[in-house]
Amino acid sequence: MIISKQKPFEEILNFLEDKQNIFITGCSLCATSCMTGGKQQIDEMKERLEQSGKTVTGSTVLDPSCHKLQVRASLKKCKAELEDADAVLCMACGDGAQTVASVVKIPVYPANDTLFIGEIERIGQFYEACKACGQCELGWTAGVCPITKCAKSLLNGPCGGAKNGKCEVNVENDCAWILIYNKLKEQDLLDTLLEIKDPKDYSKAANPRKLVVGR
Amino acid sequence: MNFKEKLERGDFVITAEMAPPKGIDFNHIKECARALKGRVDAVNVTDFQSAVVRASSLGGAKILLDEGLEPIMQITGRDRNRIAIQGELLSAAALGIQNVLALTGDHPSIGDHPEARGVFDMDSVNILQAATKLMNGYDMNGHELSGAPQFFLGASVTPLYDPLELQIIKIKKKIQAGAKFFQTQAVFDIKIIKDFMKRVENLNIKVLVGVIPLKSAGMAKYMNNNVPGICVPDEIIDRMQKAQDKTKEGLTIAAEFIQQIREEKICDGVHVMAIGAEENVATLLDMCGF
Repeated sequence: MIISKQKPFEEILNFLEDKQNIFITGCSLCATSCMTGGKQQIDEMKERLEQSGKTVTGSTVLDPSCHKLQVRASLKKCKAELEDADAVLCMACGDGAQTVASVVKIPVYPANDTLFIGEIERIGQFYEACKACGQCELGWTAGVCPITKCAKSLLNGPCGGAKNGKCEVNVENDCAWILIYNKLKEQDLLDTLLEIKDPKDYSKAANPRKLVVGR
Repeated sequence: MNFKEKLERGDFVITAEMAPPKGIDFNHIKECARALKGRVDAVNVTDFQSAVVRASSLGGAKILLDEGLEPIMQITGRDRNRIAIQGELLSAAALGIQNVLALTGDHPSIGDHPEARGVFDMDSVNILQAATKLMNGYDMNGHELSGAPQFFLGASVTPLYDPLELQIIKIKKKIQAGAKFFQTQAVFDIKIIKDFMKRVENLNIKVLVGVIPLKSAGMAKYMNNNVPGICVPDEIIDRMQKAQDKTKEGLTIAAEFIQQIREEKICDGVHVMAIGAEENVATLLDMCGF
């Protein structure tokens, strides 16, 4: 899931400084789960914008905001409201905002900061889990990602900076390498760690990436 | 005889550590170097220690070399990618620097530019691999070099670590990647280094145990709370608290430790990290009878 967080309202208002009529889009998937772009958050945003003197011409929850064909089809149904608008405020992730921007002609502004690919541990608690490195390492790390969960993305074991199993960079975080060690030990697979890992091939993560799958 | 030869021959070796200045005034480091000339076997030059902007380790190492000391150039993976690290190593060799200590590096968040992006393209093991490859006449991707460097490669280890087995696994990788000597995080408790040496007995490695002369009881407590891998026992903190002359007591404690390491042949040498009080290292060596 793409985890996002709403920008401070002041920042959003700054974007919209010389725009009066606003159309709001949300997203049915990640942003809804993150409570940053679902129906409820759109309604709240509409209310705040109106309190700030703006006119909200309409809104829609795109299903999802990162699917260009769906976005185009959904926005077609909102043609009149969009024509009345000076700008779109997109309550999705950065991907969702770019998709909307590629479909409409008026300026599109992001309401959210896109943070990471992560998991929802419980409502309102999100943890980063994947860096989309293009070369999944989980097969030998007992299902704990060292690229994401180690502050230095180390592949050959821990640095010396763990204290009581916690990372010195942020003591709230477990040392990924101690987690990996403990799990591999449980599975009697510690020998896996003796193999030297060459520096990662970062060309696999050179952006912008694309994927075209033949049908 | 140089650092490598002495260590290989089995002599008890002493290394010190200096940080290049934050600025271009190298007078202090040069004075400290002169005081240690002929008294230590080599001096580590830190590489943007604690992720703080300073002159680089290459520059510092060259200045020590010019002062007649043998530098151990530290190099981390925090600030340079594989292209820059290989280039830095080639430059070092061309300037006459023979000893390199490969480190992963502290995270930028603890330094004076916490907004910086940490590189970590290579970790300590990878840097050793790269240096070994260069020594064989090729870059990491197999392209031939015009003239290969010769290095004496080292790495670091934290003897006080839970689980220690994880550190041992990493030591094995470092050895495989080319490390010939190890310098440890500072140790204050002789039992910790003895236990550690027992664990690495069959690995046949050269170990220089880290020593930090304490300057106050507060410093000891601070390190206990904040520096991973450091544990100053209560009785040492007590001694520091009761001492009139704190600097002298800190040096006495360090001297006693060094003498015990040497007399009982616990390690192959010591690595003195004076962290900002390099001028005291000569006094410490006097106290040890070196």
